[in-house]
Amino acid sequence: MLGLGADRLRADMNRLLALLFHQGVLDEQFLQLQQLQDESSPNFVSEVVNIYFHESEKLLRNLRALLLDTELSDYKKMGIHLNQLMGSSSSIGAKRVRNVCVAFRAASEQNNRAGCLRALELLEHEYCYLKNKLHELFQIEQQRALSAGIRYPMQN
Amino acid sequence: MGLKMQSHQSLAVRLNEQMGTKRGYTLIQSYRAWLPKFLIFWVFLMAILSMFIYNGMDADNKVRRKEVLSSMCDQRARMLQDQFSVSVNHVHALAILVSTFHYYKNPSAIDQETFAEYTARTAFERPLLSGVAYAQRVVDSERENFERQHGWTIKTMKREPSPLRDEYAPVIFSQETVSYIESLDMMSGEEDRENILRSRATGKAVLTSPFRLLGSHHLGVVLTFPVYKSKLPSSPTVEERIEATAGYLGGAFDVESLVENLLGQLAGNQAFLVNVYDITNSSDPLIMYGHQNQDGDMSLVHESKLDFGDPFRKHQMICSYHQKAPTSWTALTTAFLFFVIGLLVGYILYGAAIHIVKVEDDFHEMQELKGRAEAADVAKSQFLATVSHEIRTPMNGILGMLALLLDTDLSSTQRDYAQTAQACGKALIALINEVLDRAKIEAGKLELEAVPFDLRSILDDVLSLFSEKSRNKGIELAVFVSDKVPDIVMGDPGRFRQVITNLVGNSVKFTERGHIFVKVHLAESPKAMMNGKSESTLNGVPNEDVLTSGGCQFKTLSGCEAADDRNCWDTFKHLIDDKEFRYGSSSNRVATNEEYVTLMVCVEDTGIGIPLRAQDRVFMPFMQADSSTSRNYGGTGIGLSISKCLVELMGGQISFISRPHVGSTFSFTAVFGRCKKNAFDEMKKPKSEDLPSGFRGLKAIVVDGKPVRAAVTKYHLKRLGILVEVASNIKTVTLSTKNGSVTSGNIMHPDIVLVEKDLWISIEDGGFCVRQLDWEQNGHMFKLPKMILLATNISNAEFDKAKAAGFADTVIMKPLRASMIAACLQQVLGIGKKRQQGRDMPNGSSFLQSLLCGKKILVVDDNMVNRRVAAGALKKFGADVDCAESGKVALKKLQLPHCFDACFMDIQMPEMDGFEATRRIRQMESQANQQMNGGPAVEESTCRKGEWHVPILAMTADVIHATYDECLKCGMDGYVSKPFEEENLYQAVAKFFKS
Repeated sequence: MLGLGADRLRADMNRLLALLFHQGVLDEQFLQLQQLQDESSPNFVSEVVNIYFHESEKLLRNLRALLLDTELSDYKKMGIHLNQLMGSSSSIGAKRVRNVCVAFRAASEQNNRAGCLRALELLEHEYCYLKNKLHELFQIEQQRALSAGIRYPMQN
Repeated sequence: MGLKMQSHQSLAVRLNEQMGTKRGYTLIQSYRAWLPKFLIFWVFLMAILSMFIYNGMDADNKVRRKEVLSSMCDQRARMLQDQFSVSVNHVHALAILVSTFHYYKNPSAIDQETFAEYTARTAFERPLLSGVAYAQRVVDSERENFERQHGWTIKTMKREPSPLRDEYAPVIFSQETVSYIESLDMMSGEEDRENILRSRATGKAVLTSPFRLLGSHHLGVVLTFPVYKSKLPSSPTVEERIEATAGYLGGAFDVESLVENLLGQLAGNQAFLVNVYDITNSSDPLIMYGHQNQDGDMSLVHESKLDFGDPFRKHQMICSYHQKAPTSWTALTTAFLFFVIGLLVGYILYGAAIHIVKVEDDFHEMQELKGRAEAADVAKSQFLATVSHEIRTPMNGILGMLALLLDTDLSSTQRDYAQTAQACGKALIALINEVLDRAKIEAGKLELEAVPFDLRSILDDVLSLFSEKSRNKGIELAVFVSDKVPDIVMGDPGRFRQVITNLVGNSVKFTERGHIFVKVHLAESPKAMMNGKSESTLNGVPNEDVLTSGGCQFKTLSGCEAADDRNCWDTFKHLIDDKEFRYGSSSNRVATNEEYVTLMVCVEDTGIGIPLRAQDRVFMPFMQADSSTSRNYGGTGIGLSISKCLVELMGGQISFISRPHVGSTFSFTAVFGRCKKNAFDEMKKPKSEDLPSGFRGLKAIVVDGKPVRAAVTKYHLKRLGILVEVASNIKTVTLSTKNGSVTSGNIMHPDIVLVEKDLWISIEDGGFCVRQLDWEQNGHMFKLPKMILLATNISNAEFDKAKAAGFADTVIMKPLRASMIAACLQQVLGIGKKRQQGRDMPNGSSFLQSLLCGKKILVVDDNMVNRRVAAGALKKFGADVDCAESGKVALKKLQLPHCFDACFMDIQMPEMDGFEATRRIRQMESQANQQMNGGPAVEESTCRKGEWHVPILAMTADVIHATYDECLKCGMDGYVSKPFEEENLYQAVAKFFKS
């Protein structure tokens, strides 16, 4: 009773979401975010996520610069950046990024430079992964939106 | 990873500390070098001790020996003395005899013959005397007369005629044995003379010193007794005695043979050496018996006094042992044995000590090795974690690139290759994630959170993940949660989901037909279930109906046989019974004070099962049933071991029952915290909001031949607040609706009828058409019930047929989930249409919308994403949202006068945080208010209630940190948790927008 193409895309999306949830990359907050999307703001999720990417990339750059450039890294500033990143990550439900942030913040609070560097690498990696996955997701969603717009109840 | 390094170091340090503390040596260990010395010392000690023992025993022996000697010696001396005195008495008697018959009778009654005969016949009385003789006292003046009378001359001892003397003592009578001394003058011998003189002076028997006897050359003494002529006065003087003396009776004691005889009569004489001495002259003792230089044990001698009745003479007997004291074998053996035992004991102790030392050494070594092994294990886990991370980074690149590649124009072959590569990559990532999880668990890094979550919605989510697969395979996938399980529990939702996902994923993978059934109930309830096993009906549905209409062998979800009998209908229905009993008193349910609730989760499938031989290693990492499993079904075999770890972390246990070709049932328990009552109320609302409440009070009939499946459907409908009746076939429904009741007296006019596809197909074959249901009769009185078909999978043809048959309303695809059913029902019943565009808005939401609609709200947050999300959420409810990215901007925007109705303020912001900004705003407002109150109101139109007070709500990510108090302290009106949740927002906003 559903369009075949949409069905497949929906399945893909489901699978991808399932994977992300299973891996703990995303959490319920992402679903909440999806629920905010409706006819009045059809691209709400991707819009927010794009802002998130934009902001986060800036923050990550700053963090890297802070860690690499100065001998005496400004841990306080780093903490502020991390708080920002944590806040926005939890807003979009990027659970793993948030968790890495927590670890990162802990390391920065201890002025543990090596730990910070490690955490930064991990963070960048998680971030990359999230970005790839979310892009993938949006692509599928776009395709789905293009194909017959049959709404499946689950997405509500 | 830096963190890990650090923690690794700290672990190593801890390990070392542990070793340090455990290295506390014992007493033995710390004196190990002294052990041989202790042994030697011990041996010496034992030797000395045994020496003491030997000496002690030997001394005892000596004392005893001495005692024996002295007693023997005394005995001999006494006997000798007795015998001697007996003989002396006889001599005395003889003396009296002589005086009586020789002198008092006249003429003399005794002559030589008489005397000789008498003495010979009484010799047995004097065994010690070799012979006796009587010598008469002859004064020189009487010599001639005497010689004449006897017819012989007095001779000296040397047998010569006696020279002239004052006095003579010639022997006149003699015993035959000593007849050779007749006529010899006893006074001629020096000793005899002395004896005679002494004896007549004392009147007693006197003895000579020992000398060689004439006849036998034995050593002997001569006993001399005086014989008096007249009776002596009672106490005569020496002169009177001498005067009265008539003669002398003498006898020779052969001491040597005397003693010899005596000793011969006694036992044990061989052992003794007896010497008898005359010690009258103490400086020169004269030997009477024995040899002067006899070899004997002279170390031990005993002297006994002898009293032979002569006070002038002193005699003594000296005894000694012939042989030296024999070595005391008892003492020697005892001492030796003691030494040996001591030696053995010492050796045993030494051996034990050595053993202890060795064991302790081994123990320390083992401990060290153990520490190293553990460290290695941790290192391994950390290595795994690190490497997994390292691999993931490039893998993401690969996957990302592959995704990009797939978006480009590719030929079908190329696409196929790329897709394969991507699938492989994804599988690899999944594997790495699992390994990472496993490593985390092993390294003890995994900590479970304790947050409140809705178990049912998580189960629904998990089901939805697998809905596609199960639908493609045609498997029934269902979830059932007992009503006793609290709505909200405290635990780690992510990990719980992971376990469920893993188990269900496995089940889906290995199941080709039948069903997968997830069931959650309290761990206690199975007992109650067993107790009520004898009951046979449920909800008034007769048991035979259940049997006939289903047409299946097994009363499980899909009718296929399941591995675990416990999940079949017979027991399951009692679970529901129990549940319904509890449901009646649901208000009390939350009030139970238990802090924890133990849930039992069963995942039952009818798949290929696990081969018996593989069952014991199912939970071991990287172990699969057999090598073909990964070939046929993929997977790494790590999932179950992770699940096991997670379940154990959750305080539970996982187990399974599996029968090959029948299926497997995995069940695990997990301990979750109960939510506190108030927290529960708070949490319950936003979560239950997920499910629309618009269906509350609707009535539905579920037509399903399979009771378990019906129970599942009922469970989902119940969550929506729909009253449900179960009917086993359509005829029952028709009948009951006609009669106006389904079961015993319950008036029931169904709004919805849900029909299971299997059931429908089967009656369809029998020519039954739903349309033929005589709804019209009720139709004019009641609303026509909506017909809904429940199906696992449905073909287009079937769908058309269903439409034609009267299920025009809708078909709900399984697996069932409450939210999905709700959505479908909205479509069917049109309830949702009134609300916002198909999305069902619960009461709270619509109310929120009415509250917020048209309101101007300022959102202050430095985080752009958060700002956007908050704005989006508020906009959704029709609010007019303005944003500020810092406290300063917010202050500017809130300069009076302004037209904002409310302000949402982030607390953590750089430069000026939420508290500070609020304080300043309040300051500003109070100043304005003062001005206003003081002077005439300038802008009365913009000021509400005569005062400026813009509601400020704190936005905070964690409610714990920013306590409500602190928010109030700086002038805020409330707080909402970030990210927004409708209910929370509603509660906060409702307070001051209510007017």
